[in-house]
Amino acid sequence: MTDLVIIGGGPAGMSAAIAAYEAGIRDILIIERDDSLGGILRQCIHNGFGLHKFGEELTGPEYALRYEERVRKLNIPFKTDTMVLDITPDKVITATNSDEGIFKIEAKAIILAMGCRERPKGALNIPGTRPSGIYSAGTAQKYVNMEGYMPGEEIVILGSGDIGLIMARRMTLEGAKVKLVCELMPYSSGLARNIEQCLNDFDIPLKLSHTVVEIHGKDRVEGVTIARVDDNKKPIKETYEYIPCDTLLLSVGLIPENELTKKLGIKLNNITGGAEVDENRETSLPGVFACGNVLHVHDLVDFVSEEAETAGRAAAEYINGVKASENIVEITTDGNIRYTVPQRISGKNDVNVFFRVGKAARNVKINIYDGEKPILSKKKVRVAPGEMESIAISADIVSRAKSLHFCMEE
Amino acid sequence: MYKVAIIGAGVIGAMIARELSKYDIGVCILEKENDVAMGTTRANSAIVHAGFDAIPGSLKARFNVRGSNLMEKVAGELGVKYKKNGSLVIGFNDSDRAVLQELFERGNRNGVKDLELICGERLREIEPNISKSAICALYAPTGAIICPYELTIAAVGNAMDNGADLKLGYEVEKIKKTACGYELISGEKKICAEYVINAAGLHSDKIAAMAGDTSFTITPRRGEYILLDKECGNLIRKTVFRTPSEMGKGILVTPTVDGNLLLGPTSENIDDKEDRSTTAEGFSKIIGEARGNIKEIPLNKAITSFCGLRAVGNTGDFIINSPACGFINVAGIESPGLTSAPAIAEYVVEMLRDMGADLIEKKDFNPHRKPMHYFREASIEEKNEIIKKDRAFGKIICRCEEVTEGEILEALRTNPKARDLDGVKRRTRAQMGRCQGGFCSPHIVRLIARELGIKYEEVTKSGGESKINLRKTKGGERI
Repeated sequence: MTDLVIIGGGPAGMSAAIAAYEAGIRDILIIERDDSLGGILRQCIHNGFGLHKFGEELTGPEYALRYEERVRKLNIPFKTDTMVLDITPDKVITATNSDEGIFKIEAKAIILAMGCRERPKGALNIPGTRPSGIYSAGTAQKYVNMEGYMPGEEIVILGSGDIGLIMARRMTLEGAKVKLVCELMPYSSGLARNIEQCLNDFDIPLKLSHTVVEIHGKDRVEGVTIARVDDNKKPIKETYEYIPCDTLLLSVGLIPENELTKKLGIKLNNITGGAEVDENRETSLPGVFACGNVLHVHDLVDFVSEEAETAGRAAAEYINGVKASENIVEITTDGNIRYTVPQRISGKNDVNVFFRVGKAARNVKINIYDGEKPILSKKKVRVAPGEMESIAISADIVSRAKSLHFCMEE
Repeated sequence: MYKVAIIGAGVIGAMIARELSKYDIGVCILEKENDVAMGTTRANSAIVHAGFDAIPGSLKARFNVRGSNLMEKVAGELGVKYKKNGSLVIGFNDSDRAVLQELFERGNRNGVKDLELICGERLREIEPNISKSAICALYAPTGAIICPYELTIAAVGNAMDNGADLKLGYEVEKIKKTACGYELISGEKKICAEYVINAAGLHSDKIAAMAGDTSFTITPRRGEYILLDKECGNLIRKTVFRTPSEMGKGILVTPTVDGNLLLGPTSENIDDKEDRSTTAEGFSKIIGEARGNIKEIPLNKAITSFCGLRAVGNTGDFIINSPACGFINVAGIESPGLTSAPAIAEYVVEMLRDMGADLIEKKDFNPHRKPMHYFREASIEEKNEIIKKDRAFGKIICRCEEVTEGEILEALRTNPKARDLDGVKRRTRAQMGRCQGGFCSPHIVRLIARELGIKYEEVTKSGGESKINLRKTKGGERI
């Protein structure tokens, strides 16, 4: 029996482990499927990480290394090149690696920190051929930054997610020509700073309300047809334009990787694609916590670390037998606010509720109601779907509320 | 000098090669692509038809029913997944009912066993998720599903293990008659064989013409498909066809042997024998019609769409004949070609014998091949025994489909060896899951480069010009 098993050794898993250690838990195991700790940060060699957490601009590997060094210093055990195959609701984990073969571990508490994956091309069903030269942006990032190879020279990017924006700059710096970025929506889902630094600084056009309607080429991509879309996101025939290129990068969204969570029968949220949790990041299965991109996709790793620390401390309390609060208040949202994390809170402590809006807007109010009764209102000058927002709610407010309804109002 | 050269390593060429490898003769398969099963075999409905469709007395009827009966045994020997899930042809009105009656009678005349005409209640008992508007059905319990490229890879592999040769990237461009047989010329290379079997699928008319036979033509018929995630594989158990009409057989919905759900195909004759592009129109047609077959189709679970080309001959039946001494056409093998393949292979061997080929059975012919997915299906204890002997089986490379490094290396080392990313995919399922190779393809590229002794940037997706990487970065290679 292991006190705490953490699945995933990326920023979330490592932060959670350190927090649990600092809360007194010693019997910890981090299981990482890749050959070293660090997760996807290892291939994010650009800077901009750690501004909130460390007050300085680090690269992804540097940010990850700070946590890895701490994990090593504290002697927190971890296994790399080890893949979890199954977990049962009674917290028995089946994993495999080359040294031990397939083995089982029983845990008192589990923290899920598996991260997310990119939405693949198949999910989009772009008509045309299926040649070589179509990659998700993160795969291209791995080829360029980890393997040292260029998957393309003349590039069109579909989707303006952050990884796509980062790769537009990265491949330009490597001598490739990024012809344009198409975004289906009338706004980008990427961070404003990435649009500035990765596209505008390199004169790469961002075509909003545009999509790729056909892929051409037999062996290798030879071009794509792009088109403007109407208000219903239907391509407009008259705007079809052929763009010669040898590569199509896709940056069309990230999906929390919750296959194991599903095996546990944990309740998932339709919008985040992650588990539904309370402010401790505890899922519907007591003793199982989730944090980082497996819970909901974050913009900044700093907030991943913070969330994971919360989960780590809460897991320590659970292991030490601290009872979870029974007074639970559910959070609901209007359509303008797409989701919140957590989805339910106890009111035991003050809590930061994170949320994303469904559309870009200026000078809005975030109003929280208990039934009909307004209980909290906060002004936001600018909100966008690409930027995660948060609002602090005091324990006092929560303890007096029956339910919390989040609205964005003009 | 080979006794027999087979042009085309699709399911037909593969099954013939395997049948011939039972005899003490030299057999060579010539394939223009970088792997086997790259033409019509690669993308079709993956169904072993019961045999009620074909017109009694036709070659299609004869080989369909015989093939359907042989398939389970062949699949068993080759270690290929085969599932007798049964098929349903559903009807929505009285005119459909009349057609089903006709199919029922036709099936009986063709010798299909256990056919049954059923209606509402029994239909829903067999298939609870069937469309609400379906009122009757023809039930064929002998209908089955199989993976066509798995069968082909296994058949070629088994033939090779029994002595047959496979030449990939060998596109026959010219055929010369010689005193003792034929010369098959590809660029500077040439291969000689006493007998030639033309199993070139879409290009079999071109190959026949090289041997002087211009009696038939092949038209590519496009068929688009949509594949849904394994989460949807349990929505139905049977293969569900619609009652055929003048417009064709319509869209079918079927589970696959790997547990996905497959929808399709569309049907459209085209000119280009290499055009496997999918279309927006095809996609909406599949969705529109498939919604009529079963109650609910979660289209947001689509993981990929693809297009296959059927090789449709102009005679209305399979074209199996010998237009010249020692030359056999096996052409126009459209549906039910996959089902018929084992029966056609038997028949072609008999044709060769009748032509005077000296066929003596090998004493040491081994009909068995280790299943490609033996590791996947092993128990934990068995797996741990394998991992103890070979560490590579403990390391997962493809996380979505849980494929180990050991399985990928085996695909690169076992006949017929994979030579590109798609070849590894078809043999192991690596890259076939939810992320479609996003995480694992860089690892697999590395393994391919190592095993084939080529540079990282020379690895292709599917042969030819389909390179994955074009050059090194400025910084150079991984340290």
